[in-house]
Amino acid sequence: MSDGAPSVGIGESRSFRALKTSGRGLSNFFGGLAILFTLWWIGGYLISINPSTTHFAAFGPIPTFKAFPELWSSGTIQSAIAASGYRLGIGLLIAIILGVPIGILMGRSKKFREMSNSPFQLLRMISPLAWMPLAVVVFATWNQSIIFLIAIASLWPIAFATAAGLAKVDPAWFKVARNLGAKPLHLLTKIIMPAISFDVFTGIRLALGVAWIVLVPAEYLGVTSGLGYSIEDARETLSYDHLTAIVLVIGAIGYILDSTCVLFIKRFSWHHAES
Amino acid sequence: MSIRGVRIKIQELSHRYTPKSPVTFDKVNLDAKQGEIIVIIGRSGCGKSTLLHILAGLLRPTDGTVYLDDTLVTAPSPQWVMMFQAPHLFPWMQVSQNVGIGLRFAGWDETKMSDRVADALSLVDLQDYADNNVQDLSGGQQQRVALARSLVMEPELLLLDEPFSALDAFTRASLQHDVRSIAKRLGFNVVIVTHDIDEAVLMADRALIMAGSPGKIYDELEVNLPDPRERQDPAVQAMRARLMEAFQNAANEHPSASSKDVGDDSKPHSVTQHA
Repeated sequence: MSDGAPSVGIGESRSFRALKTSGRGLSNFFGGLAILFTLWWIGGYLISINPSTTHFAAFGPIPTFKAFPELWSSGTIQSAIAASGYRLGIGLLIAIILGVPIGILMGRSKKFREMSNSPFQLLRMISPLAWMPLAVVVFATWNQSIIFLIAIASLWPIAFATAAGLAKVDPAWFKVARNLGAKPLHLLTKIIMPAISFDVFTGIRLALGVAWIVLVPAEYLGVTSGLGYSIEDARETLSYDHLTAIVLVIGAIGYILDSTCVLFIKRFSWHHAES
Repeated sequence: MSIRGVRIKIQELSHRYTPKSPVTFDKVNLDAKQGEIIVIIGRSGCGKSTLLHILAGLLRPTDGTVYLDDTLVTAPSPQWVMMFQAPHLFPWMQVSQNVGIGLRFAGWDETKMSDRVADALSLVDLQDYADNNVQDLSGGQQQRVALARSLVMEPELLLLDEPFSALDAFTRASLQHDVRSIAKRLGFNVVIVTHDIDEAVLMADRALIMAGSPGKIYDELEVNLPDPRERQDPAVQAMRARLMEAFQNAANEHPSASSKDVGDDSKPHSVTQHA
């Protein structure tokens, strides 16, 4: 979000510079959103004046925003977010619990890396949604199937990012640590984990992007809760203002989740900022 | 900090990397008094660095033993710490965290640890840098942090593998001086391997010349010079000339030492010669 280092006079203080940068960043942030909403409004307007599409006029921004209080007071938004959030959270958690150790194994053991590379690359290239029919057969509930899809979608980015992080770890760090009395557990908790946490969070961010995209179509089928279901439900009941409202919620939550990941990545990055 | 030296006894030490590979060095014997600073000079490939790794317990000898007092060295220990050519600091930790990492491995409590870290930092003149990011420090300062990280463990023996060769001449000179004076003040043993004759003259109580392939200790000289040693001091210059002569004799009588260097006219190219 931050743009390149601005050129400043020597006399300007750091805080002033930060204020100026964040001020400009903030106005760009809202400016970009304003353009998006204007385009949306124009689109909605064009739909509403065309006689053949006029009953879709609720797609426009004004009906959409008017739908929010109703959706909120009925609890539709909250329960949809809770249901989708639960599936996403459990799926991601499973992916992290499996993906990080797999990635560490890939990074540490040459044999494992060489043996696992082609099967993993092959599995990675299968669209998560392609597992859906299989998952429905294997798992007892639709809910479990969706969680499985989220997990399988998130597993690969996390595992590969972890392995890539480990590949960059200086082997001399292990020598130094062993020399200073580190036990194998110390190597894991004090050296490996802090060294690769940046890469793990980068992997989680990528995984979250994929998982969030997979989640909504996965919820079109079978389940009766979640954001995907809410879209499908709105479509079937012809409440287009509700439909766009849920779409907007999906975009906003995805954006917030991604920004949170970026914050974590920055927090755990020990690479020196280039600025 | 209370540190005491140790009596080093190396007996019939031999090493080869694999049963098929040539002998790195053969039947090396060495005794060192408590608190003695030994410098092993040799060109690259004579096995001096391998010898040091065995002393540190980071490699196992093929044959022979290393005793520190009555302890047989078989594994790395904070009691005999090695410093490498590069500082290999942990970039996600501050200076003080880097210095204290060995104590953390040993499970020290925070207050005792921070006292000891402060002691070690003032020993290497970095007390003002405790909270800095190690990536902000110069190469010489980073090597000082690595020194403090080793000293904080109160080692009986400090092993240095060409630790200053990546530094500029001024920084190198001040570190050579400081390491010697700290070692003499605290009384621990030092074994340094280097290809720099000046380093030997400025730092050693005793200089060993290692040559040949397989390597062996070819000659040794007591370096009886008063402290502080200045490069331009005639006594230092005379000692340097004696060491150079001994080194060239070893190289001449051991042409196999240079057999790998194509076109070598048995002049010790790889020995750094400062005017």
